[in-house]
Amino acid sequence: MRREFKLPDVGEGLTEAEIVRWHVKEGDAVKVNQIVVEIETAKSIVELPIPWDGVVAGLMAEAGQTVDVGVAIIAVDTAEEGGAPAQGPAGQAASGADEAPGRGEALADDMVPRPPAEGAVEPGVHGSPAPKEERQAVLVGYGVKTGATKRRPRKSSPATTPAAQAAPTRPPVVLPAPAATPGRVAVLAKPPVRKLARDLGVDLTTLTGSGPQGTITRDDVHAAARSSQPAAPAGERATTRTAGREERIPIKGVRKMTAQAMVASAFTAPHVTEFLQVDVTETMAAVRRLRELPDFAEVKVSPLLLVAKAVLVAARRHPMINSAWDEQAQEIVVKHYVNLGIAAATPRGLVVPNVKDAHELPLPELARRLTELAETARAGRAQPADMAGGTFTITNVGVFGVDAGTPILNPGEAAILAFGQVRDMPWVVDGELAVRKVTTLALSFDHRIVDGEQGSLFLRDVGAMLEDPLRMLAWN
Amino acid sequence: MTADASRGAAAPPELVQLLTPEGERVEHPDYDIDLKPEEVRSLYRDLVLVRRIDLEAVALQRQGELGIWASLLGQEAAQIGSGRALTDADMAFPTYREHGVAWCRDVDPVKLLGLFRGVNHGGWDPKEHNFHLYTIVIGSQTLHAVGYAMGVQRDDAPSATIAYFGDGATSQGDVNESFIWASVFNAPIVFFCQNNQWAISEPLEKQTRIPLYRRASGFGFPGIRVDGNDVFACLAVTRQALKNAREGQGPTLIEAYTYRMGAHTTTDDPTRYRVASELEAWKLKDPIERVKSYLFKNELADQAFFDSVEAEADQLGADLRRRCLAMPDPGPLDIFDHVYAEPHPLIDEERAQFAAYLEGFEQR
Repeated sequence: MRREFKLPDVGEGLTEAEIVRWHVKEGDAVKVNQIVVEIETAKSIVELPIPWDGVVAGLMAEAGQTVDVGVAIIAVDTAEEGGAPAQGPAGQAASGADEAPGRGEALADDMVPRPPAEGAVEPGVHGSPAPKEERQAVLVGYGVKTGATKRRPRKSSPATTPAAQAAPTRPPVVLPAPAATPGRVAVLAKPPVRKLARDLGVDLTTLTGSGPQGTITRDDVHAAARSSQPAAPAGERATTRTAGREERIPIKGVRKMTAQAMVASAFTAPHVTEFLQVDVTETMAAVRRLRELPDFAEVKVSPLLLVAKAVLVAARRHPMINSAWDEQAQEIVVKHYVNLGIAAATPRGLVVPNVKDAHELPLPELARRLTELAETARAGRAQPADMAGGTFTITNVGVFGVDAGTPILNPGEAAILAFGQVRDMPWVVDGELAVRKVTTLALSFDHRIVDGEQGSLFLRDVGAMLEDPLRMLAWN
Repeated sequence: MTADASRGAAAPPELVQLLTPEGERVEHPDYDIDLKPEEVRSLYRDLVLVRRIDLEAVALQRQGELGIWASLLGQEAAQIGSGRALTDADMAFPTYREHGVAWCRDVDPVKLLGLFRGVNHGGWDPKEHNFHLYTIVIGSQTLHAVGYAMGVQRDDAPSATIAYFGDGATSQGDVNESFIWASVFNAPIVFFCQNNQWAISEPLEKQTRIPLYRRASGFGFPGIRVDGNDVFACLAVTRQALKNAREGQGPTLIEAYTYRMGAHTTTDDPTRYRVASELEAWKLKDPIERVKSYLFKNELADQAFFDSVEAEADQLGADLRRRCLAMPDPGPLDIFDHVYAEPHPLIDEERAQFAAYLEGFEQR
């Protein structure tokens, strides 16, 4: 028989979730508790296991789509016979009235006396009754019902039985719908709707809510955003569409995060970028020698390791480089630790995980952690906590075969260093022309915190250490 | 100084350990244990089965069949070790995560699910199993446990009480008050703290300046830190502490040093506050793997044994799922049944009123 798996409330009172990724497709065989889909809720990313053995008959929601709790997302043909409907609390959330009598959920509806007439309102509820097919609000608990609430009708004259008189039957209080009242002060909108409005640049106080009790709904915000911007906001589009010679890709996930971070950074911190060409012949030799040491037998030694070490040493000599601007407190936060971020290109986009307390690590450990960090990020397993709390970032643009760039600060940090490619260049050594290994360093810094002098000194120190790695020992 | 990403992975020397993460048996001068091969196999079976029960419950929650679940993943050894140290006459007061201890007290696992499925408020008879109902409020059960222990003391009964709680609960007033009462009255109680390093998202170092077990000395009773992922050590240390309690030597605080491998509950997302490397470091200390390698290396069990436990676990999981889904929903009038132990006129009146109210609806 065919069974439909409905999106459950996996987090105590969630109403919707976004489909992140399907692990199965139509025709795949599945087993009980096999993970079939990843969803992202307001609280977390969660993997959902399927409750039956069978064959996937169809996926009912696409990746990127936001689905309400209680809506079927996947159909499975199971080997069982019979027509008993799929059961479970998730199902009830969608259609409480369809469930067997006696379920607590369905009964909860019955506890509310029936509204007296169309147009009047329920006791204790201010405003007009919710339109049909609108989501029903709940205070707490497991999920929200979609669709109109269905109630069992009361018997014709309940007031004639003495027991029913004892039941709470307060007279209905009729109030004008607040939406119709001009000059109202408070805006009624749920937090996700407020966030949506903020994201789309919509001023909630200018809107008239179409939801229950005049609350502003998602649709109201989208409608307002559309009317102010004729081009439809990309946020509404969940899937990539190819039409003719153009392709429209929805802005979401890592791309969206990157964009927000870059815009926030570029337009709050005044960036200055300085460049320095450095002869790194000695650093390259040091890398080769380190690789031969037993301490480094198990780890990957790359030029990046020595750049990282040089940055850590120089940051101690110039602490303002490793600080942050706290606009709210009107303070500069100087950090006595370095969580060293390494920008990594991953299949999902740019992520910047950081090595926590990198300043305390011995060199072999730093090497191991840098390798681990890169591998975790490339495998798409870097977790938010790995990315949080960075204090300084290195971006290794050299791996893409370019010399330099003007990197944009990772928000909340005061500086970022771009490490260009290392290549053979003509270079003057002791008055003679020689072929040397040369790279370009580019340092961007937040000019609110760091002045040209400090930035230059820091960059010069990093360059000096890479020119002669012995300086790392001398200055460490 | 080297910073270690795996919080507290460099354990201090006071840690009692009898089985290393690699499955090597080590000796300890104060706590030793002589386990027969069949006892070790039985502990292994306990560990695997409770992990399976836990996994099934997490899956059921993800399928919308449970409202919430608090996973014990990673804490199996602490629970099985301490749970198997209890005698039938001892009494246990759990939090909401002691599924492994419940298993040791012969509570049918399906009964644990009722509370989380919302079909009952408890699920088992505490007196029948000497296992109190789950307590959701953090730390309050330690006071109940001390009160119970003081009662046992006054009855002069040959029984000890064990109170379970987590590292987060040690910041609660209730727990500190219970320490004082237990100490002053020399109550026959064991405080068993599973320090899983995280109080939801709050790391241990934000809750204490000293190792938790050392707090006991300030209250005037002994504290011991045991490797909470070592089922042998947990069994040995808890057994001794319970014996001391029964013999009138008063309370002991045991800090089982372990790690919550999963989320705080199914509603929580630990990836938002924990780094991946910490989890990886603790994976190497898995409580089940070390017993498995000990059994294997010492040729105390063969592949057939491991396969049979695995098969039993799968069957247990499937059976648990089936019985969870078949759990009956309570009737709307059940709410009146357990307000008073004896009939009560006001409750009877309210029950009748509610029944009449329900009668007021047309039948479907």
